[in-house]
Amino acid sequence: MSVLVLCERRSDGIDEPSLQALAFARALYPGTSVHALACGVAADEVAPLLGAYGVETLHVAEHEVFDTYAPHAVARAAVELAGRLRLHALLAGGSEQGNEVVARVGALLDLPFAANCVAAEAGPPLRVTRVRWGGSLLEEALLHAELALLTVAPHAVAAQETNDGPAAVERFAPALDDADLLVRVRERARAAGGGVTLADAKVVVSAGRGAGSAEGFAPVEELAALLGGAVGCSRAVTMAGWRPHTDQVGQTGTKIAPELYIACGISGATQHMAGCKGAKRILAINTDPDAPILESADYAVIGDLHDVVPAIAAAIRAARNEKAGAE
Amino acid sequence: MRILVAVKRVPMTGGTIVLTPDARAIATQHLGFTISPHEECAVEEAVRLVEREGGESVVLTLGPPEAEEQLRDAMAVGIDRAIHLVTDEEEWDGQATAGAIVEAVRAEEASSGPFDLLLFGNESADAGGYQVGVRVAHALGLPCVTGLKGIEVRGRLVRCEQEVPGGRDVFEVPLPALLTVKEGLNLPRYPSVPGRMRARQRPIARHEPQRPPARLEKLRFVVPEGERKEAEILGRGPEAAPKVVELLDQLGLLR
Ligand SMILES: Cc1cc2nc3c(=O)[nH]c(=O)nc-3n(C[C@H](O)[C@H](O)[C@H](O)COP(=O)(O)OP(=O)(O)OC[C@H]3O[C@@H](n4cnc5c(N)ncnc54)[C@H](O)[C@@H]3O)c2cc1C
Repeated sequence: MSVLVLCERRSDGIDEPSLQALAFARALYPGTSVHALACGVAADEVAPLLGAYGVETLHVAEHEVFDTYAPHAVARAAVELAGRLRLHALLAGGSEQGNEVVARVGALLDLPFAANCVAAEAGPPLRVTRVRWGGSLLEEALLHAELALLTVAPHAVAAQETNDGPAAVERFAPALDDADLLVRVRERARAAGGGVTLADAKVVVSAGRGAGSAEGFAPVEELAALLGGAVGCSRAVTMAGWRPHTDQVGQTGTKIAPELYIACGISGATQHMAGCKGAKRILAINTDPDAPILESADYAVIGDLHDVVPAIAAAIRAARNEKAGAE
Repeated sequence: MRILVAVKRVPMTGGTIVLTPDARAIATQHLGFTISPHEECAVEEAVRLVEREGGESVVLTLGPPEAEEQLRDAMAVGIDRAIHLVTDEEEWDGQATAGAIVEAVRAEEASSGPFDLLLFGNESADAGGYQVGVRVAHALGLPCVTGLKGIEVRGRLVRCEQEVPGGRDVFEVPLPALLTVKEGLNLPRYPSVPGRMRARQRPIARHEPQRPPARLEKLRFVVPEGERKEAEILGRGPEAAPKVVELLDQLGLLR
């Protein structure tokens, strides 16, 4: 018996969630041979990398459709390969792509699928713990299937090198029909670079309903600019049309991981906090000393953001001038 | 165009999630409910498409009797009619949900003609299974594109945009198709008072599908132990600014 991990390619190799899924698979079935499927990759580049993460055999699916992202074709290739291997489980990283492709495998094979697992115990039936509500709730469940399909929630486990040699490579051309080729990226529109993105910013300054209006964001923007950070907001703000949805932090917005998250006039609903679990430190600025956010914040200032935020901006300027003067 | 939108009723959990004593559900006695945010955008998109292209929009949910509230909400912003797959309070897994929806769509298409577009949320806010739309598409033999933040119908083709780091990936598939969408696709409108009144008159077809045994069988929920922190209060009002600057300096963020 063996396990198969679907590995998503990235410009410089294989994406992190896939490497995490490999570590998860090896821990779940110790000693089992680990197969990986990668579509449209340069085998000689990827085989050493995946070998180092414990893959015995790398299966490379070859077809011109894999020059781009084609999730249904990937699922077809996975199903074809799964038919040839004797598998306990088929896994992928809990990225958007991983979840989509394994869902398609589940549909093709009519098997249940557990998305975003953080832990599992071999069965049968396989017992999994998976995340719900964007990470605010865990579910323990049994997966009743001969072949377990699951994805691994991002950062549930760390990628783990084994320092084995390169994986053996087996190439195959999956049988794909027109319907399998239909869903593929036709065009990649890339935004003009520049500016700090919310997901990567070292500092994020957000405001919520407490901002009161679109104009209420002026001091928030100023503070973010002073700190070289990005502006974020809560869903209350996007629903009011004060900021675009691309600024929304949370379960249905962007997940952030800054050194410091400054949350102004945000109550701290679970769905908002689901987006800032990666923040190292949180500073809440809120008129309400009992706001729930104070239970997940490291620091707080109790007060009106319209007074506090400009005062912080002014104090930063003053401190910087003083430093410049001293030098 | 004929458009079907599938939505799910979910609780608005607020600051903390509290479980029932058996830990098999969220205690919702004191909570309001809403349509899951991704699907709220699906509803809005369906209403806009029908406003522009003509046709009919139908909202479908699988859920307890109380989920009628969400069907009325969808009709209050312009959906024409509703299908309610009424369940007991037990939660259905993704496979069972998809199976019941497939049967309902087939029956609906047999009586009222085929849908051009089926819109689903990419994942429900509560269960986060990432699979119902994909399964329904496969069973109905439809192309499926997931996680969309842009949809543009051009004749019998639909251009679909996914947000990816650094930009957008564009897909194009022929209709009929099933698309799963995400919040940010559009800004949903609020229902008007006349809209709410009209929604009360609009028809809901009810069916009671049989729940098959769960193949992803929920045992219980656990609320993850967040590190409950006690925030250090740096001060009150603008006078706290120097303390904040001190903190920024400590963190090396002042340079
Ligand atoms: C399924 C689902 C998914 C969701 N996804 C998200 C998501 O991705 N992101 C998200 O943010 N939300 C999400 N929400 C919504 C979430 O539940 C909350 O409703 C939302 O986060 C509240 O936004 P808020 O904190 O800005 O507003 P409120 O909860 O109204 O809080 C406003 C806060 O501002 C404080 N305040 C008011 N005036 C001032 C002032 N002048 N100065 C300082 N403080 C002030 C108040 O004390 C209060 O704490 C989701 C909800 C559901 C049901």
